[in-house]
Amino acid sequence: MADPIIRIEKLDKSFGTLKVLDGLSFEVKPGEKLALIGPSGSGKTTILRILMTLETITAGRIEVCGEPLYHIQRGGREVPADEAHLHHMRRHIGMVFQHFNLFPHKSVLENITLAPMLTKAEPRAKAEARAMELLDMVGLADKAKSMPSQLSGGQKQRAAIARALALQPRIMLFDEVTSALDPELVEEVLLVMKRLAAETDMTMLLVTHEMGFAHEFADRVLFFDKGCIVEEGPPDRIFTNPTQERTQTFLRKIIAAGHRV
Amino acid sequence: MAEWSGYLTLILQGALVTAQLTLMGSALALVAAFAAGLARLAPFAPLNWLATVYIEFFRGTSIFVQLFWVYFVLPFAGVSLSPLMAGVLALGLNVGAYGAEVVRGAILSVPKDQYEATIALNLTRFQRMRHVIIPQALPLMLPTFGNNAIELLKGTAVVSLISLSDMTFQAQVVRAQTGSTLIPFVTILILYFAFAMVITTGVKALERRMTRGLDGVR
Repeated sequence: MADPIIRIEKLDKSFGTLKVLDGLSFEVKPGEKLALIGPSGSGKTTILRILMTLETITAGRIEVCGEPLYHIQRGGREVPADEAHLHHMRRHIGMVFQHFNLFPHKSVLENITLAPMLTKAEPRAKAEARAMELLDMVGLADKAKSMPSQLSGGQKQRAAIARALALQPRIMLFDEVTSALDPELVEEVLLVMKRLAAETDMTMLLVTHEMGFAHEFADRVLFFDKGCIVEEGPPDRIFTNPTQERTQTFLRKIIAAGHRV
Repeated sequence: MAEWSGYLTLILQGALVTAQLTLMGSALALVAAFAAGLARLAPFAPLNWLATVYIEFFRGTSIFVQLFWVYFVLPFAGVSLSPLMAGVLALGLNVGAYGAEVVRGAILSVPKDQYEATIALNLTRFQRMRHVIIPQALPLMLPTFGNNAIELLKGTAVVSLISLSDMTFQAQVVRAQTGSTLIPFVTILILYFAFAMVITTGVKALERRMTRGLDGVR
């Protein structure tokens, strides 16, 4: 079996006195598609944010691509990582946000080419050619010159996916990427993600409330509650035959709310 | 009538000095505002303190006193400035202190989302500011910068204290020589107003340019 691409060991995260993650440990294999589900406040989004270095950790250890994410060796000891190390590690990881977070002052094309040109010193022509390929893949080739404000929510999210892909990260984090969309726009974004899952060997972590999509998309599902993993397993088992009562209750509520599983 | 045209020329010469002071003072104020505003946000405590001391000192003491210090006290420290340079320095640093808080406020008001996107795209601290945060903060700063520039324009009148012949100084000269208060002061009233209009119009045009394509966002 291949070495894990992400290894999380005894991770604690507190916001003030509120403990969001409590001694969390799990591993992700290269190329694995992982769905993180659970009630809101269960800590699943926090895990993605910690992996993207948008939060700091309270205790524990994370390894990404065989290197510690939040620690560096200095004088034979492990000390908290500095900005240079985080910059070095972020190369491996990309993220798509719930609210897209496109840069409103830049065109769709510029949104995608900005990071490759700045962080990889790619020449404009090369970055633009690659951006057009990506836009084509997400079905937005005709919107390259548009400003984000001229796009629909679904188009914005597809542009944001293209932007994250432009840096060719090995790990991609999707944080409730359809939660801010009107219902009729959800499908076009999910289609893009399905294609991506089928066509690339990227490792993907998905936080979602779309249980039907998680079922189709994921190799493995982690059910979270109160900062811990309550239950994990292949989607077929988790969604049809959960063993833990908390998982059963959660799924029953989701179905009652009209979501398909 | 011929003598009035001579007096008018005098006032216009003063207007030129006022315009120079305003332009150069604003340029210095802009640089000082960005330097101090960014320094207050830098992740390095000594820079924060330095910027805070600068801002609080120049906001907390009067421009009148600052000008005297720059022109009459600095020479004792071996720094002699021409009246124009002293005026530009005092006015620029004074208005720059107010501008620094504008820069800081505008940068902090760019949504956190934007900042997080730049981290996810692995931009360096400098690249984040240069390409994403400042371009979005600028349109927020502009209206207040316009205000500050007009304040600076009106503040230029204090430089007559260090023997610079600005517009107000020349009007006083004309008043003393002709005994007429109305004509010189109506003239400079109109000129100050015209200058302020130029600033207002310029800032509005810049604002339109910078917010192009941003309409309806956030």
